Amino acid sequence: MANADNPRTEAPISEADVAKVARLARLDIDDAHVHQFTEQLAKVLAHFRDIDALDLSAVAPMTQPYPLVNVMREDVELPTLDTDEVLAAAPEAEERRFRVPPIIGLDD
Amino acid sequence: MATVPTTASAIAEAVASGRVTAREVLEQHLAAIDAREGEIHAFNLVTAEIARARADGIDADVRAGRPVGPLAGVPVAVKDNLCTRGVETTCSSQILRGWKPPYDATVITRLHGAGAVIVGKTNLDEFAMGSSTENSAFGATRNPLDTSRVPGGSSGGSAAAVAAGFSPVSLGSDTGGSIRQPAAMCGIVGVKPTYGTVSRFGLVAYASSLDQIGPFAVTVDDAALLTEVISGRDANDSTSIPAPPMSLRASVGAGVAGMRIGRVTDLPGGAEPEVEAALEAAFASLRAAGAEIVDVRLPSLSYALTAYYLIAPAEASSNLARFDGVRDGLRVGAADTNAMYGATRAAGFGDEVQRRIMLGTYALSAGYYDAYYGKALKVRRLIADDFARAYSEVDAILTPTSPVVAFRFGEKADDPMSMYLCDIYTIPTNLAGHPAMSVPFGTGAHGMPVGIQVLAPALGEQAMFRVGGALEASAGGAA
Repeated sequence: MANADNPRTEAPISEADVAKVARLARLDIDDAHVHQFTEQLAKVLAHFRDIDALDLSAVAPMTQPYPLVNVMREDVELPTLDTDEVLAAAPEAEERRFRVPPIIGLDD
Repeated sequence: MATVPTTASAIAEAVASGRVTAREVLEQHLAAIDAREGEIHAFNLVTAEIARARADGIDADVRAGRPVGPLAGVPVAVKDNLCTRGVETTCSSQILRGWKPPYDATVITRLHGAGAVIVGKTNLDEFAMGSSTENSAFGATRNPLDTSRVPGGSSGGSAAAVAAGFSPVSLGSDTGGSIRQPAAMCGIVGVKPTYGTVSRFGLVAYASSLDQIGPFAVTVDDAALLTEVISGRDANDSTSIPAPPMSLRASVGAGVAGMRIGRVTDLPGGAEPEVEAALEAAFASLRAAGAEIVDVRLPSLSYALTAYYLIAPAEASSNLARFDGVRDGLRVGAADTNAMYGATRAAGFGDEVQRRIMLGTYALSAGYYDAYYGKALKVRRLIADDFARAYSEVDAILTPTSPVVAFRFGEKADDPMSMYLCDIYTIPTNLAGHPAMSVPFGTGAHGMPVGIQVLAPALGEQAMFRVGGALEASAGGAA
């Protein structure tokens, strides 16, 4: 993302950008998809330039429809999900736990 | 066999009084599904046996004189992004194929409590991302009115189910128009309630600050009935508004005399001429019914598409991070977890979902956050402020639901931007968190139905249903 300081002066998005974003998003996509997504996302990002004309310096961001405050409740004991039922949906489970491949990479 | 009424309210009344049985109602609808589902593909799964058991249980309650709910024996189709305990919930995605949730969504619990009989899980654009239901991993849904055309989306299966007579009512979800747009394209009623009035617990999240569950129905009254049943505070959704279920059915026939209805003078253009004509006819009918039509301006509306397609993918990129091959659904094996995540997600998500995840990841990434996501949040504020100014002058606003009538398969599938433009009139409501509904009103190009959208301020559902009811009452003459 070489153009990060001034994102709007160059082509909206490069294949290198898309490949990096795919890595960040944990999407192991092939080169053909990188090429295709770059073209499509460039078109979408070009449309998004319409908001560049707006002066938004005095506008506060709106993250949700209603001003959300902390939602508190009494600490009441309630039934939880059934462990066996939850683990039955897992690709792999062992001894009442989710089983995953090694977290420390073998190849990097 | 007794004659089965067509509306949900009449079915519930007939079942509760014992004039027809829930089982008779169900079998008639299952027969309709058998006859045409192969052609329409409204469902990912028809749960006939579970439905039969439930219908028989309701009939037993009726025979025993036990109270039954306001939807007693009413068949309901539900979008396949609503969790149903022990029943496959796929979001029309390979990544969730075979997943059986260990809990029910709150709206499912409320439907059951009201006596409804869930008949199946309906098809959608994968994870509700799309406007045509062509993006389903399990094949497209066809529009029952013209099977060469899309039903709209993303809740296309729920809209098609009602339009085809598979169920009198159904549930969908609406993040940027995913209930209202398919309702318009299938010639039925669709409602997106105020954000927070219907619990999102158990709705697989797409964009949490925009998502809302709502009904499809043939009549405005049935849409009001369903909204009443599913609304109300839920402790399992911290964004649900602390208010009791809404009371709406009395508003449907209340008329619009004395109401002030907004006409947006700076509405973004691009609607088909027949759609524009239907909107004018809708204004004329409301004026004839005693409403005053008032010009309003919403200058920021033209930027809503950009704000939406930055905010929704940004939230989606975060929400969909949970699909990683660990707890449920698909796993593509690999030597370590990181490789497993990447392989699983690339294999499990379709192209449009991957595009939106990447768009969102990009908009949130270092160096781009302020330029994209941050700006979009500010535009969202401008749009909400525009609506607030307009609603100081009017009770409701009328626009088209969709700029176009139902289009042919493949027409927009390869051009994301042209597909996104289908949502231009529906997304501002989601950004503001307001309620909106689509009511069929007249016919457009190719003989396909046109939907008129009624917008109202937050918690303005009663005003919205008054206008919707008046449009429905006069739509016969306009068609």
